[in-house]
Amino acid sequence: MSRIKLTTVAFRGTEEQEKQLRNTLMEIRNSDHPSVMTALQQAQAIYGYLPIEVQQIIADYMGVSLEEVFGVATFYSQFTLNPKGEYAFGVCLGTACYVKGSGDIVAKLEECLGMKDGETSSDGKFSIGSTRCVGCCGLAPVMTVNKDVYGKLTVKDIPDIVAKYKAL
Amino acid sequence: MYRTHILVCGGTGCHSNNSGKIREAFEEQIKAKGLDKDVCVVGTGCFGLCAVGPIIIIYPEGAFYSCVTVDDVPEIIEEHIVKGRLVERLLYHEKALGNKAVHSLAETNFYKKQTRVALHNCGVINPERIDEYIARDGYQALIKCLTEYEPQQIIDIISASGLRGRGGAGFPTGRKWQFAKNQVNDTKYVCCNADEGDPGAFMDRSVLEGDPHAVLEAMTIAGYAIGSHQGYIYVRAEYPIAVERLKIAIAQSREYGLLGDDILGTGFSFDIELKLGSGAFVCGEETALMTSIEGHRGEPRPRPPFPAVKGLFGKPTILNNVETYANITQIILNGAEWFASMGTEKSKGTKIFALGGKITNTGLVEIPMGTTLREIIEDIGGGCPNGKKFKAAQTGGPSGGCIPAEHLDIPIDYDNLISIGSMMGSGGMIVMDEDNCMVDIAKFFLEFTVDESCGKCTPCRIGNRRLLEYLEKITTGKATMQDLDDMEQLCYYIKNNSLCGLGQTAPNPVLSTLRYFRDEYEAHIKERRCPAHVCKQLIQYKITDACKGCSACSRKCPVGAISGEIKKKFEIDQNKCIKCGQCIATCRFGAIIKE
Repeated sequence: MSRIKLTTVAFRGTEEQEKQLRNTLMEIRNSDHPSVMTALQQAQAIYGYLPIEVQQIIADYMGVSLEEVFGVATFYSQFTLNPKGEYAFGVCLGTACYVKGSGDIVAKLEECLGMKDGETSSDGKFSIGSTRCVGCCGLAPVMTVNKDVYGKLTVKDIPDIVAKYKAL
Repeated sequence: MYRTHILVCGGTGCHSNNSGKIREAFEEQIKAKGLDKDVCVVGTGCFGLCAVGPIIIIYPEGAFYSCVTVDDVPEIIEEHIVKGRLVERLLYHEKALGNKAVHSLAETNFYKKQTRVALHNCGVINPERIDEYIARDGYQALIKCLTEYEPQQIIDIISASGLRGRGGAGFPTGRKWQFAKNQVNDTKYVCCNADEGDPGAFMDRSVLEGDPHAVLEAMTIAGYAIGSHQGYIYVRAEYPIAVERLKIAIAQSREYGLLGDDILGTGFSFDIELKLGSGAFVCGEETALMTSIEGHRGEPRPRPPFPAVKGLFGKPTILNNVETYANITQIILNGAEWFASMGTEKSKGTKIFALGGKITNTGLVEIPMGTTLREIIEDIGGGCPNGKKFKAAQTGGPSGGCIPAEHLDIPIDYDNLISIGSMMGSGGMIVMDEDNCMVDIAKFFLEFTVDESCGKCTPCRIGNRRLLEYLEKITTGKATMQDLDDMEQLCYYIKNNSLCGLGQTAPNPVLSTLRYFRDEYEAHIKERRCPAHVCKQLIQYKITDACKGCSACSRKCPVGAISGEIKKKFEIDQNKCIKCGQCIATCRFGAIIKE
């Protein structure tokens, strides 16, 4: 929650996306209890992240200030103000994974991809995000790449996994 | 009628290990052999023994196959289904029984000591089919409540059962419902806390994924008992399978008239809506959770007023955790006396624990309250793997504490755990062995709470950050004994002054490790030494006389810190070494050690 990184990537939203967003926002505004958080969840599903332009549309539509929308967007760890990479690496740092060495896995991944946890590569291909417990502690330590799950990892496995995605 | 049922675990651990593809392979190949009229393939919730997943159980034999892959499917069909012979090589082998193959689930040590109440349907039914739930007495409890009981009678039963909240604090559930019932208001809410944020706990996820209707049914009963017509389930967005199964379950029970207007023609109406979280640990706190359902930053607020008086959208609200709800239907069906006959004097029933960390049988276990930690860790869990020595068990997540070996024989209940400086929490149990540094573990939890502190109150926002800085000083060998005393005092200051449960319990991992492992803290400070060789600044890599001089390590070292002559002993330049550990991983002679 403490780390707020504004994106340097230019906004490339399409008209189609905006139309979709406005339709969703209309539904939310007409519900019994309109919720900014629900609006942000839907917006992130459409755009993949929450650029400030999108937050402004939400603020205008929901009749709240941009500050309030920004406040919610930066409070929750699932919301991202940066676009994720095409291949998003997530290393579980839950307790079970941590005691089995997932800290070393993050370090190795950072080394292999040449960037830090929380960053997206400049070509937009890769990003690293350490995550909280994924809930499959039996496989600890665990890493996810988009929807693929890699369990019972050792540091030695990382270069091969990274190479696999670099080749794609 | 099918002659054989193949149960494929669809819990998160097995699912991540391709159990979905295994199920598809079974379905296709069974069909191709024309056996689909005799053999039924069922995707179920979690069986519990995640360590040896993917798990498959075949009834009527109850054969228990572990670590199955897609390639094993043809053999299982050919041998087991067609010829009726067990596939020995895939049967689970129990170490405690001299690595003998175990033929059925019930024979394993892992299951023998368990009592499954909240998990009674997990791994038994297909969670995506309401008919299977109904066949196991599903919705019988709701029918009984709506047709035979007055709301007050239901609350009396729950109170008499002695059920306490399974989310952590252990507040008596019946009393909570009574407070909400006593409020006079046309609009009341029933909420379910499915925002399982404690890293290392996954019991709620398994209940939602394996038996979603049990939660829906219990919430409807709660709605009838307190006079509410609307329920909300606040579920973690990180649990996509659970969300999907809940959606299916809600749609099915609406279709069957078990949810919605005029349930079963009794005139009682109740509906449930899903609200997705977005990842914030503090939202497990009840007032923060409700603020989050309303769509705002999930910050807690002072109590009173308690949610039972003024909760969601300012209306009387009850909030219970998933596991608590999972017990309700069983209490209604089997009676309060039955439930109260299990457990200890003040903690009744059973508790689910998620066993993880340095333990052989990682997975989900449900045991009667009063079972000892030793039984869980040694008998059910199979002890620490690789012959390592047990050091501590951590319960209660970032709010709890570490329990050392000397307390292994204490019977587990809410009050006993608090008396030894930990807490029940939601039920995560992480085992640590001699290779874990307790100061590092305390630091890990503090990093978590510092990151997850919502920032509303100063003791938690700033206090925990200062606390983390002390721990960083200790783990880098820069602290003094005075720092240790100051740190301890700061812990009590944060505990006593924070607004919500997050801050009030955040120092517990530090305090409990200080209580039982003060010697480790002192070794870091006085001797600048990490006894478990974890804290990087305090360890040195050294090459022993076992070195053959092959130069493999020096070629691998990323900073060129290792040098020497071929066929002679190499040396590490401590000033250059970054302690990455690559040399140890590279050396084939075990000639590099940490000290």
